Amino acid sequence: MKNICEYTAHEIHEKYISKELKVVDVVKAFFNKIKTDDEKIKAYITLCEEEALKDAELIQAKIDNGEEIGPLAGIPIAIKDNMCTKGVKTTCASKMLENFIPPYDATVITRLKEAGAIIVGKTNMDEFAMGGSTEHSAFFKTHNPINLNKVPGGSSGGSAAAVAGDLAPISLGSDTGGSIRQPAAFCGIVGLKPTYGLISRYGLVAFASSFDQIGPFAKDIEDTANLLNVIAGYDEMDSTSAKLEKIDYTKSLINDVKGLKIGVPKEFMGDGVNDEVKAAVKNAVEKFKALGAEVSECSLPATDYALPTYYIVACAEASSNLARFDGIRYGYRTSNYESLDDIYKNSRSEGFGEEVKRRIILGTYVLSSGYYDAYYKKAQRVRTLVKEGYEKVFENYDLILTPTAPSVAFDVGSKVNDPLEMYMADLMTVSINLAGVPAISIPCGKDKEGMPIGLQLISKHFNESTLLQAAYTFEKNMEV
Amino acid sequence: MAISSEEVKHIAALSMLNLSEEEINKYTNNLQEIVEFANKINELNTDGVGESTVATNAFNVFRKDEPRNSLDRELLLSNAPTSNGEAYSLPSMRN
Amino acid sequence: MEYEVIIGIEVHAELSTKTKIYCGCSTEFGGDPNTHCCPVCTGMPGALPVLNEKVVEYAVRAGLATNSTISRNCKQDRKNYFYPDLPSGYQISQFDLPLCSDGKLDITVDGVTKDIGITRIHIENDAGKLIHDVYTGGTLVDLNRAGVPLIEIVSEPDIRSADEAVAYVERLKGILEYIGVSDCKMQEGSLRADVNLSIRPVGQEKFGTRTETKNLNSFRSIARAINFEIERQKEILESGGVVYQETRRWDDEKGEGYAMRAKEEANDYRYFPEPDLMPIRLSEEYIQSIKETLPELPEVRYKRYVEELGLPEYDAGIITSSKLLSDYFEVAANECKNAKAVSNWIMTDIIRVAKELGVEYDELPVSAIQLAHLIALIDNGTISGKIAKEVFADMVETSNDPEKIVEEKGLLQISDEGAIKEVVDKVIAANPQSIADYKAGKDKALGFLVGQCMKEMKGKGNPQILNKLILEELSK
Repeated sequence: MKNICEYTAHEIHEKYISKELKVVDVVKAFFNKIKTDDEKIKAYITLCEEEALKDAELIQAKIDNGEEIGPLAGIPIAIKDNMCTKGVKTTCASKMLENFIPPYDATVITRLKEAGAIIVGKTNMDEFAMGGSTEHSAFFKTHNPINLNKVPGGSSGGSAAAVAGDLAPISLGSDTGGSIRQPAAFCGIVGLKPTYGLISRYGLVAFASSFDQIGPFAKDIEDTANLLNVIAGYDEMDSTSAKLEKIDYTKSLINDVKGLKIGVPKEFMGDGVNDEVKAAVKNAVEKFKALGAEVSECSLPATDYALPTYYIVACAEASSNLARFDGIRYGYRTSNYESLDDIYKNSRSEGFGEEVKRRIILGTYVLSSGYYDAYYKKAQRVRTLVKEGYEKVFENYDLILTPTAPSVAFDVGSKVNDPLEMYMADLMTVSINLAGVPAISIPCGKDKEGMPIGLQLISKHFNESTLLQAAYTFEKNMEV
Repeated sequence: MAISSEEVKHIAALSMLNLSEEEINKYTNNLQEIVEFANKINELNTDGVGESTVATNAFNVFRKDEPRNSLDRELLLSNAPTSNGEAYSLPSMRN
Repeated sequence: MEYEVIIGIEVHAELSTKTKIYCGCSTEFGGDPNTHCCPVCTGMPGALPVLNEKVVEYAVRAGLATNSTISRNCKQDRKNYFYPDLPSGYQISQFDLPLCSDGKLDITVDGVTKDIGITRIHIENDAGKLIHDVYTGGTLVDLNRAGVPLIEIVSEPDIRSADEAVAYVERLKGILEYIGVSDCKMQEGSLRADVNLSIRPVGQEKFGTRTETKNLNSFRSIARAINFEIERQKEILESGGVVYQETRRWDDEKGEGYAMRAKEEANDYRYFPEPDLMPIRLSEEYIQSIKETLPELPEVRYKRYVEELGLPEYDAGIITSSKLLSDYFEVAANECKNAKAVSNWIMTDIIRVAKELGVEYDELPVSAIQLAHLIALIDNGTISGKIAKEVFADMVETSNDPEKIVEEKGLLQISDEGAIKEVVDKVIAANPQSIADYKAGKDKALGFLVGQCMKEMKGKGNPQILNKLILEELSK
């Protein structure tokens, strides 16, 4: 029989309804598991045990009262530490915010609380979500639960490792250039980056405002759909939030892909992709064909330009978004100053880590006088081409299928000194953020060392339903 | 196009970052490498292509001119490195 | 050498919306420090801006009232710089696509009317306030004002003198008040001007180097700062020196301007489109609907005052130069139906009192209704004009109603002929020499006698009746 911590959220929910499990016991089980296993995995920065146990009692009382509960009621959830939680430290894994306690909840947190979800803790990440391995945390590195010598991916590595390591059944991450999908692939779980605008960014500490999007990590598609149902939807506090009718994503849990047109862009299956990854993806293509989908090769010609475009725009926005960290109203303040300039410069230089400073410098450079047109403006035009590339493919296809990452999880420490090589790990994911379309990473195999391989499915704006249906069908028919 | 350490110093000043000589050298090299990589986009012809400055097609997203509660001041100032209970404060300095 | 002065002015006006530009915090002036603040306006991590629709409406109103073209498509941009009063490290402003552009206003100086071009009007957020901490010698940051909506109105370099500059800002202030988009209270900082100024020898085509004197918040300081800067630049040029492009401040107490400490790094604001805010697209119908709600503008009121109410042009000009003053006039004139008297009181006493007390016309101790009642007391013969001045002084002191003052102080005019006759008889009996003088043709003696009678009656005698009775007595 499975241990409590191995259950999916919907399995736990069923056992609440059938009274096989009590919320407090489930919450306690996760905290016990965290106490034994998180010493090695290091997924969490902050734990909220006291509050969680209190919340658990409240939900249990509702269940005992015979009240109807939603699918997330009493379900433990881990939150990436860049989403503001009122009264609970939100550090962005940065020395800059080491002691920052937000006076407000992010909209997603409010919605989770309303749904009765129980926040277990805040998870480690690359500092300010800048990185792809969770090695750029100012506090400690997170390890991949599948193999502790490997990185969990990033930047949402803590949230992915928490789910993969059974330290929470579900979690939230944020994805700016692949930060949900790549760690999901590396850790062998499901990670969804929703359409830009589907989920409120209010309370998400901004890295790159026009790319950032919050999304779920889960062990399966059903949990993904349930979590998405709770967090998706219009929010008047976020101008980029889309005003659309609410969709019930559990309606997409249909085991059928017959007639679905899937394109496999040749640019994503080139030399840069590891052979074992390629083989696993080809295998998935055959599976989809066998299940009745029409799969054929397509092309996204601007793909080669997506990565530099992404880095230019994301760093430009980041350089401005991170200007608010000045040591005056919150966050780290240097003790070494004689002038106002010192307060600014020393607080920022001491408070930000190396990768963050590197990106601020790049971002400031591309916006500075003389370079704006050649880099920032040009990149925004290329971004249009990337977007149009997707639109064109979606005229003929329902979905696009690619590997999530060019390789499996790499060794801890192997890329940390080569920023450009680290950026290359985002090759398969960033163009999706440029276009703003949704994409999901689902496990599709393992390499010979047993490391998970991720399959990425991409769909049109706000068409998460098709994405989930295809992913669900794949999950039901593929033994990974 | 070579990026000079002087340029990196200027950029660091604009970004309010204080960099050591060692960091300046490191970031000059990094920036050089990344910018060379970024120059790839200039291969692409984008004549007549519009800029995607915002990620969605929405426009005219407004709120009504209706008051909302402000934050309790104590809570607002609770994260300030220093305050006098009413305002954020900065120590006395020469400039 | 003769120089030509070239001036362009940037006016920042705080919009009188209820809430801030990007959040629901109050814009009210004078709250306790940091009590009108939230995660958005204090630049907390994760907070996001949402544009107040009234800000767009008010900016469009300002654009229409200044004959500007309203942009159908525009966006907001981030202007990046570090300063402790700027919580997010950038100001949200508009860079290359402002809401309004290509407007103009006419001004009249010394009887000459000319157009001043308006380059653009854009929306942006105000910064907070830095306060010197007297206890520690440090700086305190109050963010109540951070996020209050502003429009920046940029003029063409069409202004040639301090007088024209003042006339332009007065005109602009009048319009913004009239259309109700800003209260333009200069002493509260809700209207401030930055003056760009250069000089060049007459006949030279090339512009001189310009300086920018920032944050002038009274007409007096605008005029003085301009004249100071003209003289300063003249002296530099005459002595063979070079004017540097710099940002300057004006010290109104010392009456001199000074250059701000030159920043180590040249400003590079790294403007880029604000990714947290969506573009603004205005339809023809929307603009038309705003146009229809614009109130009577000062020039329309001016015309009505001169043509229908018979006010002197000068008076009408002064009164309509301020919406508050003009509103005061409207209320008072409507109440007492004596527009000319109201105008006279405004020109002589109301403006003076406002200046002496340093208050706006809606904060005067004498309300427009009270002034109207005072005028009515004169018009119906209850008090004399002379007594009215006394009553007015009392009203300024106490804010009491004129009727109450007149009654309490017993200032009712004496019009009873019997009572007056008694005094006249007494005065005539006591001054035989004056009567002789009068009869010998010295008219001055009459004035003396009237004065003596008034003195006896403590100024309360009805002058017409008094005059009549003395003349009767003298002609006997």
